[in-house]
Amino acid sequence: MFVRLSAAITALSILGSAALAQGAKPTDPQIAHIAYTAGVIDIAAAKQATTKASNKDVKAFAQDMVRDHEAVNKQALDLVKKLKVTPEDNDTSKTLSKQAADKLAELAKLKGAEYDKAYVANEVAYHKAVNGALETQLIPSASNAELKSLLQTGLKIFQGHEQHAEQVAAKLK
Amino acid sequence: MRPGRYRLAMAALLFGTMAVPAHAATIQITMQDLVFAPAEVSARVGDTIEWINKDVLAHTATARNGDFDVTTPPKKTVTSVLKKAGSVEYYCRFHPNMKAVLTIAP
Repeated sequence: MFVRLSAAITALSILGSAALAQGAKPTDPQIAHIAYTAGVIDIAAAKQATTKASNKDVKAFAQDMVRDHEAVNKQALDLVKKLKVTPEDNDTSKTLSKQAADKLAELAKLKGAEYDKAYVANEVAYHKAVNGALETQLIPSASNAELKSLLQTGLKIFQGHEQHAEQVAAKLK
Repeated sequence: MRPGRYRLAMAALLFGTMAVPAHAATIQITMQDLVFAPAEVSARVGDTIEWINKDVLAHTATARNGDFDVTTPPKKTVTSVLKKAGSVEYYCRFHPNMKAVLTIAP
């Protein structure tokens, strides 16, 4: 519980502070990059889980994450192409990627039920953090209507994932 | 002969209308932007539901009481026939924030 909470808080504050550190609200090319990166991170974690997880619900959840996040990221790529926007790397994306790589390495050391629990707990925390950032930072900052709408749909999808992850976590106890 | 045939025809007509059950309906429920629409649907046993998924994600319509569990791939339509009466709450297993109600009359 403590670990899960602290992970959520760390991720949230990283998302918040990195974006705020730039002084101004993120631009659309930066928002697109952050949203896409957030998806890539969850896909990487899920791919690790599809090979490492032992519980069948955890495995199925990981497969759902790969499928959904790949579909959403494909939509995001189609949209930036259509809008002729080039996603722009930024401090928030960099911090997110660095933190995710550390988490992946940490999870790689775990096995069996211990791994399953840690992966699902991180999924709850991660989706919570991303949803918080979408709600308070990314959606309000987006200026293009289509990008805003895609982020809003993304938020609904990821809220679904958060609930799904919570259900899987509850069953592991 | 003629009146007799007439009566027979009348009887057939009457009997026919009574014997043929109310035609089973086809009801469309769409899944778009993670919302089941309409959120509340009334139907009868024997009716067909057309589950129309307009999202790029797979969705399920999973009855909380276990009566049905239909998976619809992205951008596809799947049909299912209602077999049991009842007021059934259902949701999407992949996105449990998607919820709706199907009221099925016998």
